[in-house]
Order: sequence, then structure tokens, then C-alpha cells
Amino acid sequence: MNATVALLTRRSLLGRTRTLVLLLLPMALLGLCALAQVLAALDDEFARELDGALAPDLLEAFGIAVLMPLLGLVTGTGSIGPEIDEGSIVYLLAKPVNRYSIVVTKLAVAIAVVVVFGVVPVAVAGVVLTGEVGSVAGAFAVGALAAGVAYSALFLMLAVVTRNAVVIGLIYALIWETLVGGLVPGAQALSVQQWSLAVVERVLGDSAVRLGVESAVGFTTGLVLLLVTTLGATAYAGWRLQRLRLNAET
Amino acid sequence: MSTLELEQVSRWFGNVVAVNDVTMHLGPGVTGLLGPNGAGKSTLINMMAGFLPPSAGTVTLDGRPLQHDPEIYRDLGLVPEREEMYDAVSGWDFVLANARLHKLPDPKTAARRAIDTVEMAEAEDRDIRTYSKGMKQRIKMATAIVHDPTVLLLDEPFNGMDPRQRLHLMDLLHRLGDEGRTILFSSHILEEVEQVAGRIEVVVAGRHAASGDFREIRRLMTQRPHQYTIRSSNDRALAAAVIGEAGTSGVELVTDASGDEIVQVQATDFSAFVHALPRLASRHGIRLLEVRPADESLESVFSYLVAR
Repeated sequence: MNATVALLTRRSLLGRTRTLVLLLLPMALLGLCALAQVLAALDDEFARELDGALAPDLLEAFGIAVLMPLLGLVTGTGSIGPEIDEGSIVYLLAKPVNRYSIVVTKLAVAIAVVVVFGVVPVAVAGVVLTGEVGSVAGAFAVGALAAGVAYSALFLMLAVVTRNAVVIGLIYALIWETLVGGLVPGAQALSVQQWSLAVVERVLGDSAVRLGVESAVGFTTGLVLLLVTTLGATAYAGWRLQRLRLNAET
Repeated sequence: MSTLELEQVSRWFGNVVAVNDVTMHLGPGVTGLLGPNGAGKSTLINMMAGFLPPSAGTVTLDGRPLQHDPEIYRDLGLVPEREEMYDAVSGWDFVLANARLHKLPDPKTAARRAIDTVEMAEAEDRDIRTYSKGMKQRIKMATAIVHDPTVLLLDEPFNGMDPRQRLHLMDLLHRLGDEGRTILFSSHILEEVEQVAGRIEVVVAGRHAASGDFREIRRLMTQRPHQYTIRSSNDRALAAAVIGEAGTSGVELVTDASGDEIVQVQATDFSAFVHALPRLASRHGIRLLEVRPADESLESVFSYLVAR
């Protein structure tokens, strides 16, 4: 970890107009939850559903499946991609600083932003939806954190490897995880979303079945795959950064 | 004292050769890397800075290879051509951050000295995004000298500077060079290079075209054959008169695109020819309508050096 790299990363990550987008995402999630509560107050049947599987469904669909990959994409790629595109990364690279520590620091900053704009809002959304500071809110917060860490690491690595990281990341998150993963059962085993859901399922314990939370992979498999993805992506990003070529004429 | 050595360095991108078999030894003092745009100057500097591995050959700093060794940056400072820095921080914060990244024992004093050297103290608290091109150039310079490097590489440092800033930077480079640092800066403007550099390396189309002190390069550039296109009241008579002059090596009567006849002259002695021409014309009663140097572009000067 390098405090100076962290400072520069934080400033350039939050100094962009993307911050507005970062704020809009959790706002939309919380707005949706507030709307659900209003509907529940007007309609008893809706209130009963919200007590059952509807709350976890909403948290899964909008928290884990939409908010986290989008946030991970914005912060993961945003913490290093623009610097590589613009060439300002040279001010970090022309220094006696370990390349892996640059990547790890940038990942830590990205994760911190994901926690503030994603994990905390998911926890709050859980509290608003269930009306209590309970296991549902807690489980989804833990799951969101797991997803946020893995997405950030994955998309940061993509940003080091290719200039089309945002597009590829979007294709992965929207097409692979959501579309293909929704239709082809085998594809679900290779998705950060499902691995994180396995974590949620484990934290919920016995109530997972009643709440309809079910992951395509087991807890151990999910956790191992999350760890392998995060660590592997980070190590590979550092390795690639060490070999990053700068050439003004191409 | 540091020496940067390039031995038979080539770099290609796919089937495009950007740098072709260049051997250069850069020692203390200021060296100018001169060449037209696209000649491979930035590619060379990126290889010297350790950011681009050569496709063939070696680049070493005091015998150490430059690739994959972040420790070399303790001795090397780089001013990149691109303007982008970290826009959302102030000049002071950015130079200080660079000092900290170099792990200097007293980063604040180092940043203070670097900013004072480039005379940016007045604007140091403003965000970099508010700076003019010249101010950005000076902050870039400050980040490159903050750790007191023995080698300084500057890619087109005079771009975007006004004349006063230019003079100031030239002064600064002189001073840093006199202190025994190895300084290399690139430029596509001969006048710029000869005012600062004791030594000039010329690259054209990826090749090392010439090397030496600026007088030598200047002589090579001015004593090459010069082409002139002339229109006159009597082209044939003028052609006959011109070939009788000692400084002329060739005369041709040609028809140009609009169907007019013109005289093309190749002169080996530039000053003798331009002095002789009006004299000749008046002696033979020929009126000169147009005298135009045909190949005064920088590219043609450079390509002459390559063809030499």
C-alpha cells in the first residue's frame, strides 16, 4: 500500500463527473425500497410478500445483480483506466515504487468507494425493506461486499489489460451474468453474482430456503472462486503493469 | 555522472519500423534529439526511460538494463510529451506527491526547491486543470527534477511555451547540464536545439542520420545542394548564364503544371548563388519574375541528411 498513490487515485476517481453516476445508483436502489414500503402500507398482500421472498428478491436483483457490477465497473476501471489512456500513469511508473503495491492500493481505494456507494446502501435498503436491522440486511451487505471486492479486482485488471475494459466489463456483467446466466444453468457457475449469492445463502442459514435465496454454486465453491478471482486478477494486473508499454506514437 | 547507452537499438510495431539500428552514447551535458515529427524521437525516449523494450539491441544506464527495474527512476527524471497529469490536485500537491513517490527523506523541501526552480510558486495552490500549457509544462518539469536526478529526459519540452518561458527553460537546461547531469531533450526545430544543446543527435525516419556539435550539423544542413525554381523574361538565356557560375551544379528547363516554362537550378554554394543571380540577370538584361527555393522544408533538409 502506498498513501500517495491512494491520495492521487481518490482525487482522480472522485474528481470526475462519474461521481454523479456513483451517487445515482444507490439513490435509485433506496428510492425503489422506499416505494416498496409505501406500497406495503397501502396493500396488505404486498406487505406479506415483502415479509417473505420479495425483500430478498429485490436486494438480489437490484443490489447484487445490478448495483454491485456497475459500481465495480465504474470504480475498478476508473481507478486506473483513465490514467493509462491519458498517459498520466507515467508519473506513478517513473518512480521507485513496486508495481504490485500500485495495483493493491488502487484496488483498496476502489473497494472503499464501492463500500460507501454500494455496500452501505444495500445494507440500508435491507433495513428499509424488512423494517428491521436483521439477518436479511446483514447477509446481503456481506454478499454485496464480497461481490464488490471481486468485481473491482476483475475490472481493474481488465483496465490494465485493455483500453476497452468498460465495454468488455459491461458485456460480462449484463450479457454473461444476467442474460446467459439466466438462461443457461452451467454459465451460472462462472459468475461473480452467483458466488456472492452463495455467501448470502450461507449467512442467512436455515432461513435461506424460506426466503427463496438459492445460489447456483455451494458456499465453499463460491468463496474459493471469489478468492481466486480477486487474488488472481490483482496479481495479473500487477504483472501486466510492470510490463506496461508507453508509446506516444501509436 | 551518468551515461545512457543505446547499442544497435531497433523498435518495430508490427511491420512498421519506428527506430532502426540506432547507436548513441549520451554523457553529461545537454544533448538535443532533433528530427521531424514521426521520426521516432518519442519511441527512442520511451525506450531510454524503460517504458518500451527495444525489439533488438540494448539500452543501459551506467551499465544497468532499464527494463523492469523501478529502482532506476531514482537516477532518472522524465518529462513526457503528453500534457495530462492529475487535474484534480494543485501544482504543489502534485509535485509533493512526486517527491513522496520517490521516497525522499524530506519531500516538502524537495518539492519547494523544484517549484521555485521552475518559478511556479505563485500558482502552486491552484488546481492543475486551471493551468495554461506553459504552466503545465513547468509543473511537469518540477516533477522530473524533484528528486535531483543525474539523467533527465524531456520529450518536446518547448511545445506550447511562450518566448519568455522558452528562454527560462533553456537557461534551466543549461544550468542543469553544467552541473554535470546527462540531459536529453527532443525537438523538431533546429534553432531551438542549437541554442541549448552542446551536442545534437539527428534522427530521421527512425534512423540515426547525424551526430555532432551544432556547428557541424548546421554546416551539413546549409552546405547541402539547394534547389531553386526561377521564372524570368528569358528562361533559356538565364539557364545558359547560370550554368557558367561556379556555385551551380545543374540547370534544367522544365514545363510546370500550368504549362509555363521554368528554370530549375541546383546550387552547391548557397550564398554564392544568391549573390550571383541578380548580377547575372542584370548583365544579360533578363528580368527575374520569381525566385523560389524548391526544397526548404525541414523534411527535405532531413532527408538530405539521410541520403547523404
